[in-house]
Amino acid sequence: MTAIHSTHIAKPATVSTVMLKVLAALLPGIALSVYCNGIGILLQLLLASLTALGAEAAMLRLRGVAVLPALKDLSAIVTAWLLALSLPPLGGWWMIVVATLFAIIVAKQLYGGLGNNPFNPAMAGFALMVVSFPAQMAQWGSPQLPLDAVAQWQWIFLHTLPAGGVPDAISSATPLDVLKTGLRQGQALAGLLPSSSAQGLIALGWLAGGLWLWQQKLIPWQTPLAMLAGLLALALPLWLWQPAQYASPLLHLLQGGTLLAAAFIVTDPVSGSSTPKGRLIFGFGVGLLTYVIRVFGNFPDGIAFAVLLMNMTVPLLDQYTRPAVFGHRRERS
Amino acid sequence: MMPLFDFPGGIHPPEHKAHSSAVPIRLAPLPPQLHVALRQSMGNAARPCVAVGDRVAKGQLIASADGRLSAAVHAPTSGVISAIAPQPFAHPSGLPELAITLDSDGEERWIDRQPLHDWPQRSGAEIRDFLAQMGIVGLGGAVFPSHLKLGVSPLETLVINGAECEPYISCDDRLMRERADAICDGIAVTRHALQARQVLIGIEDNKPQAIAAMQAAAAAHGFSVVAVPTKYPSGGAKQLIRILTGKAIPHGVRSTEHGVQCFNVATVYAIGRAVLHGEPLISRIVTLTGAVDAAANVEALIGTPLDRLLALAQPHRDRKEVVMGGPLMGFTLPDLAAGLTKAGNCLLVKSPALFPPRPPAQACIRCGDCASACPVSLQPMDLFWFAKSKNFDKAQQWQLFDCIECGACSYVCPSQIPLVDYYRFAKSEIWAAERDKNAANLARQRHEFRQMRLQRDKAEKAQRLADKAAQAAARQTASHSAAANVATNVAPGADPKQAAIAAAMARAAAQREAAPLPEQHSNGLNDAKQAAIAAAMARAAARKTAADEAKAASGQPPAPPPASSGLDDAKQASIEAAMARAAPRKAAADEAKAASGQPPAPPPSSSGLDDAKQAAIEAAMARAAARKAAADQARANQQPDS
Ligand code: SF4
Ligand code: SF4
Repeated sequence: MTAIHSTHIAKPATVSTVMLKVLAALLPGIALSVYCNGIGILLQLLLASLTALGAEAAMLRLRGVAVLPALKDLSAIVTAWLLALSLPPLGGWWMIVVATLFAIIVAKQLYGGLGNNPFNPAMAGFALMVVSFPAQMAQWGSPQLPLDAVAQWQWIFLHTLPAGGVPDAISSATPLDVLKTGLRQGQALAGLLPSSSAQGLIALGWLAGGLWLWQQKLIPWQTPLAMLAGLLALALPLWLWQPAQYASPLLHLLQGGTLLAAAFIVTDPVSGSSTPKGRLIFGFGVGLLTYVIRVFGNFPDGIAFAVLLMNMTVPLLDQYTRPAVFGHRRERS
Repeated sequence: MMPLFDFPGGIHPPEHKAHSSAVPIRLAPLPPQLHVALRQSMGNAARPCVAVGDRVAKGQLIASADGRLSAAVHAPTSGVISAIAPQPFAHPSGLPELAITLDSDGEERWIDRQPLHDWPQRSGAEIRDFLAQMGIVGLGGAVFPSHLKLGVSPLETLVINGAECEPYISCDDRLMRERADAICDGIAVTRHALQARQVLIGIEDNKPQAIAAMQAAAAAHGFSVVAVPTKYPSGGAKQLIRILTGKAIPHGVRSTEHGVQCFNVATVYAIGRAVLHGEPLISRIVTLTGAVDAAANVEALIGTPLDRLLALAQPHRDRKEVVMGGPLMGFTLPDLAAGLTKAGNCLLVKSPALFPPRPPAQACIRCGDCASACPVSLQPMDLFWFAKSKNFDKAQQWQLFDCIECGACSYVCPSQIPLVDYYRFAKSEIWAAERDKNAANLARQRHEFRQMRLQRDKAEKAQRLADKAAQAAARQTASHSAAANVATNVAPGADPKQAAIAAAMARAAAQREAAPLPEQHSNGLNDAKQAAIAAAMARAAARKTAADEAKAASGQPPAPPPASSGLDDAKQASIEAAMARAAPRKAAADEAKAASGQPPAPPPSSSGLDDAKQAAIEAAMARAAARKAAADQARANQQPDS
């Protein structure tokens, strides 16, 4: 026993249970994704998880930190799953492995492990891939891909298809990308809209998971709502102004993992702001930047860069948005 | 229905009050021997005014208050004083404290009790002085002397704290249920002393019987009983004031500046017993709960050995340590042989089954749960970070001292970080540094003053010598001329012998005139006295050097507490001597601790922390706990919870 005083009771919550619930909240979206796109995504999740655990264990050992307790917090698996769900579902196996290695080793462990990483590891991994392998990252499986499980796995591992495959469908670009290039080439918006029902359906899965996390008091409402508000703050007026030129706000909400990010990525506590006001600003900033990069930038999707940029502002945000301490009128900083 | 306000944060831990709250208060049996610690309040320990072998009556003063923040101590029963010596003490530091050991004679023979029957005619100041003699202190845990809280009147609102928000504790609940009338009598006295316009009694709504009983008793007096939502820590003085009045009183500001004063129900009950019945504070109600078969509330004499009290509740076989106070703010008792103190509201028995040990701390994930739980809107994760990295300036900038150590943040932290321990560690480090700084300043001032004094003495001496020389010269001249005058004044032809006599007389007169009178010394002291003073100073300096050396050798912070700056030298010297004496004691205690192989710190974190650093911090935290005893002095200027 210890002679110092300490609180003698504690809420049963642990980091592991928190992370476990986050993983559980991802399940509806994953299930819908499998339903729409086939089970290739499961292989990606598996690859990412194994890579993450291996990399984390190796790094912990190198850093001289006890391996098992840190592995058990499950944060590496969360990062791995978020990456796997952000990358193209039919990308080659090496893509998810490289992205996960970078996320865990560089973005997380080199900064000192869980709690010390200034950047969202999953988004750092994603950004690395977009910058390094733009062509591969732009290839998204077509929603109506007529591939069975075996064919998907064969494609992911060997980059070949059983006889009579349809590489074209596999290498189709993401809807947002199609939209952007199409608009640049002067095509009409109406003809470009990809059939997005599958994406929309999956997005609802993320939404359900996010709502459950919020109900469980595991994520705050500020960050996700502020992010969506930031996105709509640009998408809505521009679309109202020139509907032929700018995609509808609904498309922005349902495409490109917007809701996945709102529920699971901008809510990452470690790399986000921890004050209520800071969370509003952080989320809003991510939303705005996402739209700007999506529509005016060169990358197919802007969420990762938006998140990383806002990550950089967190120390300042946290300092200047500290709530006023009880009884003190002004906050001092 | 009056409007209620909310305070930020707060938590809802499982209450566990039913174990003990169902059982009526019963009297603890009279123990054969009591250890009444002299430190029964904030501030200095009381000074014993009895000697070993004295026979005392129940309620007789056995130690008088030493200084403003101290409180008088009375004999809890009649008997014989058998020792005045250091005894185990109910404090997290584990350091023994001076205590008066009283062998009870079983007669319970009272002193001649002298109530203040005419209190409605007495002034606030008179009641204040009366309570000071009665040793009344805040019984909610802070043991702040109650008379000091009666200073300001008239007052807008008197808040009576019956919230009792910590899990497991039910002593106030039972007191309100069973002795509501006596509580209200005490409130009436307190209200009169403060000239308070209204009285609000706040009780958490998980105590319906207490609320009903108090409502029935308060109606006749015109006090309002208010049921407040159950939320920890609504029983913090400032939190309850916020709930009932909407006033948010920041740290460092006394609630009286906002026209509010807050007393615990048990404290006003004690005030009532003192004023209406002439009974000093010699007993209190203690909740015995946790891993016990017979949870109970007992009325026990101050000084009753805690293990005897505990036995009444039949602790489980697998019991481990015992906590004094509640599970959130209480501390683990270092030694159950200690006597009950006025602060002891609850003995909570821990067992591995009921209180599973906390898993090892993990890294902070900045989830912000602690910030949402903090009742004073601090950013506990930032404070934790600053405390861990010993960035104390930053911690103070982040208002570390607004932290009321409620433990809400530690309770919710999913990484299981013992956050409050870090804050206590940081606070005591800052206090220690402050004491060092003050001591250094004091030493510098003294040195400069001494230099100045030496210079002045030298100058004065030179002046005196010069004066003497001048006077001697003047004397010579004067006597010669006087003699000459006399001689010339003598009539020619007069007796030469007569002339000689006259001349001698004149010389004597001149000498008398010229002789330096004692009053003419610049500082008005005669030489002998001055020499004595110089000698005393030299002795004092030598003593001080010796004391400093002793301190330096023992590694004790070479400093008196800041409060001592206004004390006279003698007191200062005695404090220093006491500190020097305490140092070896502390070293011994540390050694004992080390020898017994106790991990002096929270469970080692296996997360991404540098282990060596962690170990260093933990060691420092253990030291901090020991040093806290000294720091209590510094805390005394805080307005405590009632
Ligand atoms: S509750 Fe614990 S893990 Fe969460 S921010 Fe506070 S200290 Fe960090
Ligand atoms: S212990 Fe201090 S920091 Fe933690 S919740 Fe209580 S007041 Fe806030």
